[in-house]
Amino acid sequence: MTLSDFTTILPVAILAVWACALLVADLFIPKDRKGVTALLAALGLAISLGYTLSQIGDERLGFSGMVALDGFSIFLNALILVCGLLGVALAYDYLKRMNIERGEYYVLLLFSSIGAMLMAQAADLIIVFLALELLSIPLYVLSAFARSNVSSEEAGLKYFLLGAFSSGFLVYGIALIFGAAHTTNLYAILAAASASTVSPLLAFGAALVLIGFGFKIAAVPFHMWTPDAYQGAPTAVTAFMSSSAKIAGFAALLRVFVTAFSPLAVNMTDVLWGLSALTMVVGNIIAITQTDIKRMLAYSSIAHAGYILMAFVPYGNAAVAPVSVAAGLFYLIVYAVTNFGAWGVVIAVERTEGKGLAISDYSGLAKNHPALAAAMSIFMVSLIGFPPTLGLVGKVYLFRAVIDGGFVVLAVIGVLTSIISAFYYLRVVVNMYMRDGEPAVRREFWLDFTWGALAFLTVFLSLIPQTLFAWASSALMKLF
Amino acid sequence: MVPVDYYVILSAILFAIGVLGVLIRRNALIIFMSIELMLNAANLAIVAFGSVIESFSGQIFVFFVIAVAAAEVAIGLALIVEIFKSKRSIDVDQVSGLKG
Repeated sequence: MTLSDFTTILPVAILAVWACALLVADLFIPKDRKGVTALLAALGLAISLGYTLSQIGDERLGFSGMVALDGFSIFLNALILVCGLLGVALAYDYLKRMNIERGEYYVLLLFSSIGAMLMAQAADLIIVFLALELLSIPLYVLSAFARSNVSSEEAGLKYFLLGAFSSGFLVYGIALIFGAAHTTNLYAILAAASASTVSPLLAFGAALVLIGFGFKIAAVPFHMWTPDAYQGAPTAVTAFMSSSAKIAGFAALLRVFVTAFSPLAVNMTDVLWGLSALTMVVGNIIAITQTDIKRMLAYSSIAHAGYILMAFVPYGNAAVAPVSVAAGLFYLIVYAVTNFGAWGVVIAVERTEGKGLAISDYSGLAKNHPALAAAMSIFMVSLIGFPPTLGLVGKVYLFRAVIDGGFVVLAVIGVLTSIISAFYYLRVVVNMYMRDGEPAVRREFWLDFTWGALAFLTVFLSLIPQTLFAWASSALMKLF
Repeated sequence: MVPVDYYVILSAILFAIGVLGVLIRRNALIIFMSIELMLNAANLAIVAFGSVIESFSGQIFVFFVIAVAAAEVAIGLALIVEIFKSKRSIDVDQVSGLKG
C-alpha cells in the first residue's frame, strides 16, 4: 500500500475522516446550534469537491486494481458532492421546521455520499458491494429520521427490507461471477469472459447483479419501494436520495457492465431495452393518477430512471456506445439539477404534520409567490423536456444516441411517454397559475438560494449544452 | 472431497428458500431472517468457489459480507423496534399507511 493508493481515493478519504471527526465534534455543539454542524458538513463536502476537481486529468488504478480513478469517476464524484451540498442546503431549515434537527443527519449524509463516490470508483465487485451498502445503510436511517412519525418509520422499514433484499441478489450474483471468472476484479472478469465462450454461470450472475442495481435505480419491476420510501421519508432526505443514490447506482451499473460484461452485450441489450421501455411507460402512467406531490415526483423519478437506462441499451455497440453513455451521463446532470430544484420547491411549500403536500395545495402560488411559481414551472417544463430548459437538451441527446444505435422503437416510446408526462407535470403549473388559493410558503435564505440557483442553471445550462456534453464525453476516455 | 457442484446446488436451494421467504412471509422479522439466508447462501457459494480456485479472495469477501450483514442487522432491528413501538405490530401488511 503506497501513498499513490491513497491519492487515488483522496476526496473519499478526506470526506471519511471529516465525517468521523464531525460525529465527535457534533457532541460538543449545543442542541440549539446544530446549524454549525450543517456548516461543517458543507465545508467537508466543499473541500472534497476541491480535491476532486484538482484530480482532473489523472488516470490510474489503486489498491491493486480495486479502485479506479479516471475521468468517469471524477465527473460522477463531482456531481455526487454537489448533490451532497444541495442536500445540506435543503436540510438546514427543513430539519428545524420539522423539529427533527439532530447532528447525525449531516454525518449520515456524508457517509452516504462517501458510499456513492466509492461506487463511481469501484473497479472490483467487492468494492461495488461495500460501497453500495455504505451508500444504502445511512439512507435507511435517514428515511426513518423523523421517527415517531409513522409514515417516516414505514418508509425506512420498506426501503430497508427491499434494499437488503436487493443486496442479497447482488451478492449472489457476485458469487456466481466469482465462480465463473475466478476473480472479482472487473478488468480480469472481462479478460476471462472474452477468452472463452460466455458461460451460463457468468450470464446468470450478471443478471442477478442487474436485479440488484435495478432496485437501487428504481427501474420497473423493481420499483415497488420507491413511491412509499420517497413519500414517507422527510422531504429533504427524499431530495438527496432520489438524486445521489440514483447517480451512484447508474455509475456502478455503467462501470460494471461496460468494463466487465461487454462480451455479454448480446444477451443484455434486449433485457436493458425491456427494462428501459417498461420503466418509462409504467412510471409515467402511474404518475398521472397521483394527487400527492411527493408521490408524483417519486413516479417521475422512476420514469427518469427509464430515460437514463435508455442510454445503456447500445452499450455493446462500440461505435455508438461512447456517445450514448455520454448522453446518459449528461442526463444525470439534467436529472440532478432539475429534480433537486423541484424538491426544493416542495420543501418550501410543505408545512408541518404532512400538510401542503397535495398538488391542490399549489393553487394560487403564482399570485403570492411569483418567483417560486416561476421556478417550479421551469422545473416541471424541464422534467417534461420542453424548451427552453436543460430537460429538452438532455432528451435530444438521449434520443439521438438511441436512434444512432438502431433502437428507433425505444426512442419512439421515449417521446410518447414524455408527451404523456406533460399531463401530470403541467397539472402542477395549471394549479399554480389558474386556480385560487392561499398557500403558506416558507422563505429562508438557503432554501430560496437553492431553488433559485437551480432554476437559473436549468435555463442557463441549456444555452451552453456543448460545453457540458464535451465534459461528459471526456469523462469516458478510460472506459472505452 | 465433496464436489463443488454440491455446495453450489445447496447454496442455490438456500437462496431460493430465502427469496420465497421474503415474498411469502408477512412478519418483518421472518422476512429479515430470509434476507440473511440469501446472504449466507451467497457466502456458501463464494467459499465453495474460493476453495476450488485456491485463492483467499473468496474467504476475504465472505468476511466483508458477514460484517455488512451485521451492520444491516443493527439498523434493521432498530427500525423494526421503532415500528413495533408505534404500531404494536410488525406485520408488513398492517404497515401500509402509504398507498397510491
